[in-house]
Amino acid sequence: MRARRFLSGGWLSVYAFLYIVFLYLPVIFLPIFSINTAPTPKFPLTGFTLQWYADLPHTPALLDAAWNSLKVGVSASVLATVLGILAARSITRYRYPGRRTIHGLIMAPLVLPEVIVAISMLLVMLQLGLSLSLFTVVLGHVLVCIPYSMTVLTSGFEGFDRSLEEASADLGESAFGTFRRVTLPMVAPAIISSLLVCFTISLDEFIIAFFLTGTEATLPIYIWGQLRFASKLPGVLALGTLLLVASFLLMTIAEILRRRAARRTQNEGGLYA
Amino acid sequence: MTAAAEGSPPLRMTRARRNALLQSEPVQGFALISPTFLYALILLVLPILVVIAHSFWTQHYLTIDRTFTLENYRVALTEPIYRDLLWRSLYISLTVSLFTVILAYPIAYFISFHGGRHKSLWLFLITIPFWTSYLLRVMSWKVILGYNGVLNSGLMGLGIIDEPSTALLYNSSAVIITLTHAWAAFAILPIFVSLEKVDRTLVEAATDLGDGPLRSFLRVTLPLSAPGVISAALIVMIPTVGDYVTPKLVGGKDGVMIANAIQAQFGKAANWPLGAALSVTTMLIVTLMAGATVLIIRALQRLAR
Repeated sequence: MRARRFLSGGWLSVYAFLYIVFLYLPVIFLPIFSINTAPTPKFPLTGFTLQWYADLPHTPALLDAAWNSLKVGVSASVLATVLGILAARSITRYRYPGRRTIHGLIMAPLVLPEVIVAISMLLVMLQLGLSLSLFTVVLGHVLVCIPYSMTVLTSGFEGFDRSLEEASADLGESAFGTFRRVTLPMVAPAIISSLLVCFTISLDEFIIAFFLTGTEATLPIYIWGQLRFASKLPGVLALGTLLLVASFLLMTIAEILRRRAARRTQNEGGLYA
Repeated sequence: MTAAAEGSPPLRMTRARRNALLQSEPVQGFALISPTFLYALILLVLPILVVIAHSFWTQHYLTIDRTFTLENYRVALTEPIYRDLLWRSLYISLTVSLFTVILAYPIAYFISFHGGRHKSLWLFLITIPFWTSYLLRVMSWKVILGYNGVLNSGLMGLGIIDEPSTALLYNSSAVIITLTHAWAAFAILPIFVSLEKVDRTLVEAATDLGDGPLRSFLRVTLPLSAPGVISAALIVMIPTVGDYVTPKLVGGKDGVMIANAIQAQFGKAANWPLGAALSVTTMLIVTLMAGATVLIIRALQRLAR
């Protein structure tokens, strides 16, 4: 009897609530202390201020880093999504030998230690004589974004009614024409969702940028540099809060779009399944 | 104008072309995936091969001597400092994956069996913190556990402790707590997926045949969700072994992990071959550990039945 109650929803929902608190609490402290007047993050709170936010636009190094992050994020998300579209389309539409192996290889960066991925790319780039710059960061970010892009796009492409494409082909449309005029409009939400997910990953990514960048910093690298100075902490908290909000908004929009895409093709799954 | 006259030949042509296309479906599929495949080959497989090659070479100041040697591996496996770092990294990643899986299972179970209509909302709530910057999440733990941090000042404010404790930050426990938090969502998702696949009628059958809820959970649901538990454990274990940010920010001297040593070889110490050998050794050992985990969970699964 007790076991039944234990396994029923009651206890579990209490646990689920506590778990959500555990997940969110550490993240919530960043915004809380970013509007606190005291320069060190500790209780009790001393008072409300927006000073730390007001200082941000007057830091040239920060503005440079933000601009760099934007350039890297846009390039990486576009490239990764294009490569993701090709791969996801191939995986969901065609059957051929070696398909699973290739898929596994493309998804591998997801489960490899990032440091090892980063240093191995660093070695090759130095051997090839590429000088480290934002371009090499983009190359690295594309590699780690492709698996996420694939996951989002595969859920958008799968369960897609193939008879629509066959009808289009029967009516004389070429393979490319069918893709552009039938497939693409159906999967557009998934593509935008992939762009947003990749941009968010690139915006937040630290390790690969840390190893592969030359002298130009992205936002996470800028934050890393500031962490050495205790006096800079409030500014970092303010910047961190802005990044949190940006990631949160982008991912929420991406998820809404992905669901819409999945509904269109009557398919469940994707990032959260 | 001449549509009627030309109507039939193009039609026949398209059909012929379509048949040819259908026959070459594998070719078409492969052609479509080849850019992405090539990208992964050039930026993932080739680099890893280059790292493996470097691990058998020697650094002479600025040049690299390409005669085959196992010296780097001898250093990586026998020098006490690297041996200790490897053991600590393995211990930390194993502990973290154990904690994340144990903490995540009830949540995945709750969402799958009691989530009702709100399943995807729950999953969204749980995953959203993980799309925020990893660096920022680690930083927030530093804020919480620090000498002048949230926990110390909070506990002092409540009168539980008189002076700040230094035991919270800069040790391997701080690394374990931070990593457990950072990887929580990654453990929930695979377990949830495998629980969703558990045939509910099997659970009902077990109950009808007289098994209590706990017994039917232990004998039906839990063994059937073993694949999810396995992938959750691996998805946490393999990346955490090579974590760099967490040990650097909250680990202090006692929480340094192998990735920090690898980074040092590519940075200040400038001994690429040794760094490469350390990377390869880490990968091999974590693969062995992952394989052992799979075998152990499968054995437990068989025992449960």
